[in-house]
Order: sequence, then structure tokens, then C-alpha cells
Amino acid sequence: MEKYILLRHRDTPGIDELSVYQANDGLQAFEKAVKTMQPADVTLEVKNSGLRGRGGAGFPTGIKWGFLPNDSWPHYVVANADESEPGTFKDREIMESNPFQFLEGLMLACYAVQANQAFIYLRGEFWQLAAYLDQKIKDLEKAGYLGHNILGTDYSLKINTHLGAGAYICGEETALLESLEGKLGQPRLRPPFPAAVGLYAKPTLINNVETLANVPVIIQKGADWYRSIGTAQSPGVKIFSLSGCVNKPGNYELPLGVTYRELIYEHGGGILNDNKIKAVMSAGASSDVVIADDFCLETPLAYETCLERIKAPLGSASVIVLDETVDMAWLVSKTVNFFKHESCGKCTPCREGTFWMNNLTKHMMDNESNSADIDLLRDVALQMQGKCLCALGEFSTMAVVSAVDRFRADFETHVRS
Amino acid sequence: MNKLYNKYEKEIQEILDRYPEVGKRSAVMPLLFLAQRETGYVPPEALADIAEIVGISTTDVAAVLGFYTLFHTEPAGRYRILICTDLPCALRGSEGYLKQVCEKLGIQEGETTADGLFTVEAVKCLAACHRAPMFQLQGDGEIQYYEDQNVEITMQIVEEIRRKVAAEKEA
Repeated sequence: MEKYILLRHRDTPGIDELSVYQANDGLQAFEKAVKTMQPADVTLEVKNSGLRGRGGAGFPTGIKWGFLPNDSWPHYVVANADESEPGTFKDREIMESNPFQFLEGLMLACYAVQANQAFIYLRGEFWQLAAYLDQKIKDLEKAGYLGHNILGTDYSLKINTHLGAGAYICGEETALLESLEGKLGQPRLRPPFPAAVGLYAKPTLINNVETLANVPVIIQKGADWYRSIGTAQSPGVKIFSLSGCVNKPGNYELPLGVTYRELIYEHGGGILNDNKIKAVMSAGASSDVVIADDFCLETPLAYETCLERIKAPLGSASVIVLDETVDMAWLVSKTVNFFKHESCGKCTPCREGTFWMNNLTKHMMDNESNSADIDLLRDVALQMQGKCLCALGEFSTMAVVSAVDRFRADFETHVRS
Repeated sequence: MNKLYNKYEKEIQEILDRYPEVGKRSAVMPLLFLAQRETGYVPPEALADIAEIVGISTTDVAAVLGFYTLFHTEPAGRYRILICTDLPCALRGSEGYLKQVCEKLGIQEGETTADGLFTVEAVKCLAACHRAPMFQLQGDGEIQYYEDQNVEITMQIVEEIRRKVAAEKEA
């Protein structure tokens, strides 16, 4: 029996070839949609499936699709393939190994919102991957699935890839749009939201790669089938990117609601060198450092349960495992340095806050700090919270505050007495 | 129109065709990639050419060039070895690996080897956390991933490139 819904290349080698994808039910959902379904019915099916945005925010996908107004045209769709969060490497595997399922999902989204042009915004480092996707898009054009009057209907669609050039902030959807328009990747003020005023000031739908890869199976097998997987509030499967101190780091496609324990010990093969687990980061470098006690390890990984039980978001489900050898002061120096490097500079709290947090943690690593600096570090982080223009600024503070509060002893070892 | 356009006319036209007329400026980043393909950095004279092609000011092009880390304004080695030392890779020994690669090449991080072939830089997350240590090789207008590395494997890759370049010179 086939095990995978998204990482189907693991069941079906060669599925990155159009003929193999077609032979395995590929493009049937798209054909059914453009030939027999109204665009609004496609949106309704996705809404009923309960699919939530896999890029991190967890917003209901079908509802997002419904936001595009019908009195302003053209509409655009943008696939967010900027995957840059430290600890996240799932979209890359989907696009590299099962590209047509992602492209079919994108095509279905375009049909649902009646967009005739879509862009795939890939981080610049995915240069090879962009060239590869260009080839797959050409294959679809040749076969009549893209271009003018698709499959004999009056629907037309053009898809292009667009490369970023090394800026984490461009994963934030309004910064992504700025970048796609050929400007600095800096977030926009909201409202207006991209659904109303997006790319080239037109209504724009932006979805993550993994989100889109879910869509063909939902249209093909139906919302009820999709809802039979996962939890009531978080239906479906999720790709968990597991990294850090585990024996088998990698991508694991599992139903939402699987526990940390199962992910880390059954799938990830347990902790490196049989060390003791110390903590986990639930959503890459952007998340709290959570003490990995039994309560944490029994947490079902779903949007609602992560927030309820461990007060940390499921996010993009990039789980970084930290064992007893990891010094949390060092960890914070790494995450803070990342955010300082990636701050776009537009808003003062983030630009200055990440700069000062980076200074403080650098001094700590050089053992040039005193005890008051630990409090100062925490204080700078708290002052940033709630004041930044976009989520990146907020993200930079999560590890800082949680690590100081939960692992203060690690910081004290770097402090002069 | 101008030097850059004349040199890559077909390719530039293909880039411009991707975007609607209202979004002509979207071509700035693809054009910057094109401008640095040959030399590994964007030569100053290309800025005005790009500005003219997309219809914005040279200053606006320069601002985009300066914002993004994959665009370079200075010549470096023909190949850039970009090693990720972000948290997930660092948990798998990438900081030590960076040091070893630099030692073997006889340079410090950020420097270029005496033969002008390799520059080593520490960079931020490259979405390959499960196959650390890893690096990306930029050069000749391409960007390639090399994963599950150790210093021995990396030095074999370096030697292969050196042999390839030497063979090119002979030819």
C-alpha cells in the first residue's frame, strides 16, 4: 500500500517524470476541475478539507482563497518557495522529487481564483531547482496543461519561476511581493492585505509549496477523505523537518497529531550518542526553546495542541532537537546572529534590537559579560516584542527569552563573577 | 540599446517576457544575476544598463544590488565555497568543518586562495539541515549543493575543480 500523500516519490520512483506522474493519477484533479468544476467549488472543497497553511501561520487555506475580490482584476498567484527558516528543508524535497504534484496544486489554486499568471518565488540558492522546475513547466505546456485554452477550455495559465537572492525576510509574504516587484525585500504595512492589494497592486494569493502540494489529493479524493487524517482542527498530513541532535535527521511525512516522542524516537532514531534530550525548538530558529520533559514529548504535533500545551506554535514543523551537551547561551548567540544578519532594516525595534542582542551574546561567548548582561539581553528582547513591523522581529526574541528563563545556568557559566 | 542588452539580447527579452508590462521592474534581479554570471560580481557599468532596460534609476538598481547577499560587488575567487554554520548545521559540527576546510586551503574565512580559485565564506541556513555539514558552490553562473560533507570529501571536490580548470587552460 502506498504510504505517502506528499512525498510520493518515496513510494513511486520516477514520479518526477510527467508520464509516470500521469500514470499514477497525476493531473486528474486538475483536469476534473477545469472541465467539470466551477472555480468556487474548488475553493469550497479546499475550505471543507480544513487544510491549513503549511508555511507556518496555519491559516485555513480555503478561506484565504475566498478573500480575493471579484471586482478587481487580474488576480495573481504566488507560490512561496523561499524556504529559509533554519531547520526547514521540506519544500525543497517536494519540488526536487515530486514537482508535478506541487505544480498541479498551484494550477488548481490559480483556477480557483481565476488567475492567468502565477510566479514561483524561490530563494536564490535554489538556482538548480528553478532551472529544473522551468523544465517541468515546459513539459506541462507541451502536454497542453499550461498555456492558452487549457485542455480545450477557455482557461489560460502561465507559470514562471523567479529567484530571490539571499534574504530570509523574503519568506514574509509582503516582503516577497516587494522583492518580486524588483525592490528591496522589506515588508509592507498592512492593511491592505495581499488578497486585496498584492503583486502589482492587484489581488494576490500567496501559498507555501507544501500547502499547494496537498491540494490535488483533496480535489481528487474529497474533503471528507482528507479530514479522516490528522486531528479535527488540524486535518491531513504534515512534513516534519527533523534536525539537530538525532540519529536520523530528515523529512518525515506523518499525520498531524503525532507526538514529539514518536517523531524523535521512532522515526528520528533517538538522540545522537544516546545522550539525554534537553530541549526542542518547535518551529526552527524562530521558536521558543522548550524543555523536553515527558509533558512536552507527549504533545501531539498539531496547530492547536502545540499552542495549548507547550505555548509554542507548530509553525512550519521544523523540529530542532537539542541534547544535554548543547549550551543554551551558545544556541542563543547563533539564533540572534542569524536574525541580526537577516533583519531588513526597515523598522527600528528589529534593526536595533537584533544588533544589540547580537552584541550582548557575542560578549557572553567571549566571556566578557557580567550577570546584569543576562537580564539586559532578556530586557532588550522583551522591549522588541509587539513593536516590530513584521513577525521576523518577534521571532528573533523567542529563543532568547525562553532560553534565559528556562536555562539561566547555561548563561551564568559565561559570566564573570 | 546598451552593452549588456546587446550581449544578451535573446536572454534579456526572454526575462522581460515573464512579467506583465506593469511589472517590468521585476526583471531587475534576474538581470543582476545575468550581469554577474561571467565574473562572479556585478561590474559597476552594468547598473546603468540594467536601469535603462527596466526603466528605473541607477540608484534604485544599486539599492537592490546592495540589499541581497547573493549579489556581489567585489571580485572574489572564481568559485565561492559557502559553508552553512547556522544552528542546525552547527549542531552537526559545521563550525569545526569550516575551520578544517580553511586550514586545508591555507586561508581564513572570507579569504581567497593564492591561485584565485576559491573563496570560503560562512553563510546562513541553506535548507539542507539534515545533511550537514554542507556547502554551496557558486561559480561560472551556477549554484550547486554539496551535502553530507567532511573535509576529505570536500578537498577531493576542490582538487577535481582544480584539475578541470587546469585542463581548460591547456585547451
